[in-house]
Amino acid sequence: MVTDPQTTHPTSTRSLISIIGASSLGTLIEWYDFYIFGSLATVLATKFFPDTNPTAAFLSTLATFAAGFVVRPFGALFFGRLGDMIGRKYTFMVTLLLMGGATFAIGLIPGYATIGFLAPLLVLILRLLQGLALGGEYGGAATYVAEHAPANRRGFWTSWIQITATAGLFISLIVILITRTSMSPEAFDDWGWRVPFWLSIIMVFVSYLIRRNMHESPLFAKAKAEGKTSKNPLKDSLGNKYNFKFVLLALFGATMGQGVVWYTGQFYAMSFIKTVCNVDALQSDQLMSVALLMGTPFFVVFGWLSDIIGRKYIMMFGMLVAILSYRPIYEQMYQTTQLTNREEVPELMTVKSVTVNDPASPGGSITTKTITHQYLDGTQVADVTKEKTTAGSAADAPPPTLKKTVKLNDSDRWTLIWLVFIQVIFVTLVYGPIAAFLVEMFPVNIRYTSMSLPYHIGNGVFGGLLPAVATYLATQAKTANTAAEAAGTVLPFAAPYLEGLWYPIIVAGVSFVIGMVYISNRKLVNE
Amino acid sequence: MNALKKYLGIVWIGLALLCGYYGLTALGLPKLVSGKTEDLVFGIIIVFVLMPLIVGGLLTFGIYALRGEYADEE
Repeated sequence: MVTDPQTTHPTSTRSLISIIGASSLGTLIEWYDFYIFGSLATVLATKFFPDTNPTAAFLSTLATFAAGFVVRPFGALFFGRLGDMIGRKYTFMVTLLLMGGATFAIGLIPGYATIGFLAPLLVLILRLLQGLALGGEYGGAATYVAEHAPANRRGFWTSWIQITATAGLFISLIVILITRTSMSPEAFDDWGWRVPFWLSIIMVFVSYLIRRNMHESPLFAKAKAEGKTSKNPLKDSLGNKYNFKFVLLALFGATMGQGVVWYTGQFYAMSFIKTVCNVDALQSDQLMSVALLMGTPFFVVFGWLSDIIGRKYIMMFGMLVAILSYRPIYEQMYQTTQLTNREEVPELMTVKSVTVNDPASPGGSITTKTITHQYLDGTQVADVTKEKTTAGSAADAPPPTLKKTVKLNDSDRWTLIWLVFIQVIFVTLVYGPIAAFLVEMFPVNIRYTSMSLPYHIGNGVFGGLLPAVATYLATQAKTANTAAEAAGTVLPFAAPYLEGLWYPIIVAGVSFVIGMVYISNRKLVNE
Repeated sequence: MNALKKYLGIVWIGLALLCGYYGLTALGLPKLVSGKTEDLVFGIIIVFVLMPLIVGGLLTFGIYALRGEYADEE
């Protein structure tokens, strides 16, 4: 690495804005495409996976979700190599079209009830293609923008690319929200969930038209003209010990911790609110959207600040506060949604029962009984029991399922919004400066490959597996408590719902120590 | 600081081995042999993706640190 020469770049601010606009739009759409799958995980579980066991169906989707993340590093290697050999612009055009095509196709696949196991298989293949495309996109966009920006303002300009990840999630939630509210729940469950997937093709086409007219990155074009591009970026990046040790440092000292902080703040929080706190899905999406919207400008704030005080301390501070405050925050989230100390108004209780024919079982039916409890503070709780009857004997019918859904009052809703907002701030601290940090770690000729790999392993593998690992840890704790309760012994876990947090706390803790000891806060700039 | 960077290498090597041991015995292998499909997918990801990355990557990082590869250049 070379010391910052404080070079200024000839690109004007106006053209930088248009470059960033075009790059960011495409990246935002790719994130949108990637996230609608996760945001619709519960619906997709019932459509594409056997629904004999809802938990199994949900975990299967999580696994598919993880598969989408696990292939990201391979996309980073494949497209990173192309980007370092033929150019940034053409590579991230390909990733954009691949992502758009795969997303649109997911929206077309018939459900498991129609085509059997072919349905989840096709979804899995398309999800893998999405992961590959995303693996190639981010590094290209971040590198492209950074190579246009002046070296002393890279943090600020690349932070606009960083916004796209959260903005993509935000837009995915908004599109789902609009789709949900513009039709009946039955219509959404039947076909409406496909609309967010179909919309992608229009957005990708618009982005393609904009990106088509962009020029190649000046630094890459110069390196290419001088014959200084790498002939074998994979070998030069990973086979060269000098460079490889920085790939490892970037992974363990920065992106690994950043990845888990990001996924905890944006995904685990959402899953915790929906499945542990049992908050109504629509209200969960609404409050997540508000918290994301409030927190998003801070990506730019911390990106800009990293140009002044350096990248390291901002990212490390983000990891430290996250490690120290996750358990108190999640305990508060849990307590906010509990019904203890709330007074019910029994006369407002309603009971509704609906029976429909079961399309999956000829002659059978499904009875949905909803008991709604109203509380004095405005909280509403719905106990929904679903019971299936079959044409055969009663013994063949599956046991009824009970689902509790809480609709919070305004005050508690805002408490949750603030608690998620704090987590989004942690995300902006660790994520805002990271593109500039990674770009500056590696030289132009192998930058795309070298920065993409630690980014996607940190985020895709360590971050992407967070929901599955955290759910596993929490389930184990709950099982241990149930066993202890049955045996009449002391419960081993006081708060089993918080046990999943050990995964992000430990991973971010290790990353924090490595980052503090091994990473320098000097602005290390490879032109 | 360079001495700390170097000797912490032993910690990273130890952590890599510890992660490998617990990752396989407590998390990965029980999932692989549980017989449930959803566990199998999770187990495969843990054993064949997460563990090699953590163990291999952290071990190499620790060895580099111990050899003084991350020492500040004067």
